[in-house]
Amino acid sequence: MCLGIPSKVIEVDEAFKTGRIDYLGTKVKTNFALLDDIKIGDWVIVHAGFAISRLDEADALETLDILREMADKA
Amino acid sequence: MGRASNGFRDKKVIAVLLDKIADKQDLLPARSRIMEVCGTHTMSIHRHGLKGLLEAAGVDMVSGPGCPVCITPNEFHEAALRLVTERENLVLATFGDMTRVPTRLGSLQAAVPARGSAVKIIYSPEESLALARQRRDAEVVFFGVGFETTIPSIAFTARTAEAEGLVNYSVLSALWVIPPPLKAILDSGEVRISGFLYPGHVSAIIGPAAYEFVARDYGFPGVIAGFEPGDILLGILALQDQIREGKPRVANEYTRVVRPDGNPVARALMAEVLEPKDACWRGLGVIPASGLKLRTKYSAFDAEVKHGLRIEPRASDLPGCRCGDVLRGLIGPPECPLFGRKCAPDSPYGPCMVSFEGACLVHHKYGARRP
Amino acid sequence: MTRISLELGGGGKSMRDFIAGKILPAFGNRELAGLLDASHLPGNLAFTTDSYVVDPIFFPGGDIGKLAVNGTVNDLVVSGAVPRFLSLGLILEEGLDAGDLDRILRSLAAAAARAGVRIVTGDTKVVKQGQGDKIYINTSGIGRVIAVPRPRSVRPGDAIILTGTLGEHSLAILTARGDFGIEAAVRSDCAPLTVLLPFWKKGVLWMRDITRGGLATILTELAAEAPHPLLIEEENIPLSKAVRAAADLLGIDPLYLACEGRAVMVVPAKKAEVVLAGIRKHPLGRRAAIIGRVEKTVGRPGELLLRTAAGGLRLLEPLTSELLPRIC
Repeated sequence: MCLGIPSKVIEVDEAFKTGRIDYLGTKVKTNFALLDDIKIGDWVIVHAGFAISRLDEADALETLDILREMADKA
Repeated sequence: MGRASNGFRDKKVIAVLLDKIADKQDLLPARSRIMEVCGTHTMSIHRHGLKGLLEAAGVDMVSGPGCPVCITPNEFHEAALRLVTERENLVLATFGDMTRVPTRLGSLQAAVPARGSAVKIIYSPEESLALARQRRDAEVVFFGVGFETTIPSIAFTARTAEAEGLVNYSVLSALWVIPPPLKAILDSGEVRISGFLYPGHVSAIIGPAAYEFVARDYGFPGVIAGFEPGDILLGILALQDQIREGKPRVANEYTRVVRPDGNPVARALMAEVLEPKDACWRGLGVIPASGLKLRTKYSAFDAEVKHGLRIEPRASDLPGCRCGDVLRGLIGPPECPLFGRKCAPDSPYGPCMVSFEGACLVHHKYGARRP
Repeated sequence: MTRISLELGGGGKSMRDFIAGKILPAFGNRELAGLLDASHLPGNLAFTTDSYVVDPIFFPGGDIGKLAVNGTVNDLVVSGAVPRFLSLGLILEEGLDAGDLDRILRSLAAAAARAGVRIVTGDTKVVKQGQGDKIYINTSGIGRVIAVPRPRSVRPGDAIILTGTLGEHSLAILTARGDFGIEAAVRSDCAPLTVLLPFWKKGVLWMRDITRGGLATILTELAAEAPHPLLIEEENIPLSKAVRAAADLLGIDPLYLACEGRAVMVVPAKKAEVVLAGIRKHPLGRRAAIIGRVEKTVGRPGELLLRTAAGGLRLLEPLTSELLPRIC
């Protein structure tokens, strides 16, 4: 199961590499052991309570722009 | 960026993408038959009603073997069942849909635990560690199942338990690696597909290079895609281009999440804690180096070793069950004679009807309808 | 089956089979066979019963006492009866905190007053520690029938109205248990539906409260009786941000989440706008919406269909097995 949610890091405990993320206002305890140098404000993909990858915000917005343009042109 | 999801689900965007897909199909000699490897792709396609829409546009989606609950042999569940029904003060922690798999001994969900024992459904592997720390009086067994998206977090629990000396904790692991079954399916020569939709989050861990062999050695196109409707449709458009150009490769349409080298930290953790093993996949049989097991250093936290479990998958003992053919993409769920009759969501016979992402359950639940 | 397993109380098919195969045959009468929320009896009476075993007993937006009154009141309302009297059975576990019991009793009294019912008879038992989970409550309710639901009379074009957002009770329970490490700003939607009683006279054909199994399961029960298919629009279904987030995070479908103060009803096309406006006047009905229609051209009789936000169609089935912890 690959369910992974894009969410924003709001709290980091350096020592334990844990913290919390915010997804649409809901806060979830998350483990950051699988990523290095996580900081508050980073965007990550969270799967089963673990952040498994960073989410590149610029890339995401760019893809959204492409999609929006497609829809507007049609 | 909470609005990000909405952009990838926008009705107008979806309609435009589907038109483009239909247009591209007109330039191809035949309908496109695409295998979505990952169960979460299967679920997303059905949940948003995309299967019927894609069929209308000339693209048939075929489910692949990427459903961990579907391919985990019953012998694992039976071992877990015996633990929780025969041992006192044992908490078996596992993910939700593992508890519904029917076996000769019943399902975990329907089990009556021994005194002081329980089945606990968890969302994160971390919760199983917390359980063991809280309940020193109990033996905690984490029945951890998954592909590379989940495997690093399962490895993390074993490593943490070892570091903390959490003596009342162990992992019953059923860990599956994605590239080998793809190779097995391609080697069998039975496959009738035009290309692969690769799992976005497994790829975030293993990186695009893991699939190079599919393009290079077998000549099949493939695209890594995310899970929003927009992601899936953009992925299919990219696949159609590869099919038309006749230039198979591994394209990454999920660049916002999947890096060129995946997640090296996660892979290092996996390598530290786990080692490859030959594994028996339900429906596909034994595939070399397709599974992972805990290294000897972690034997004390390996439930099979600690609790003396012997898990030896037999050939499938479900007469008439065609899950294997479904998992290999040879038939669709409705083509199984048991589908909707002997095997239905209320009374699942085979594993594809049990898992939330099983092709058969998804097909039955979301019943593709032409709009 | 030699021993009762936990899943038999889960609300899914195994529970339905258990009731039909084991419990009903022991009594075999016409009233029970209908398996309605409340039975209609001679003398224009409606009679219902429900037991409450929720864990935890206190949660944001309510407690087991409030649930025990509203749940039974609502069963009467949706079966077309004005709730009048309740009985109250308490099973207390040895060691239950007396202060907690006080809170629950006050909550029961407040809920009864708000719903316009009187608790007129009851019973109290105490069981040994370990033999009951703090407190179990049973309430039975009697009401005066003012309407009879007519699911077979629904016609193409009739509106399906949902009185508010989905799933907040389920999510409040999850968060109160601390399950899954999720903190959401959410309160149970537990509330009496007595404000909906006047609408029985304004054309409502069928009404149900959305409890275990969620909106989808409840509507499949209507679809099974209605002579035409039902079609609902994903975009029109009101959801709070918190429930949307939890559903995405946990991979659960909000259409299957239980509520304790929301209803879905069918109203003839001509009267839909007026009924909707009337419901929206109440604070509880602020987010009420027409979420779909009884259909003519899409689907077959017996089917409940969903048009997804992406524009596709999905067939909705009843919930097969309950995976959330005890929520009512």
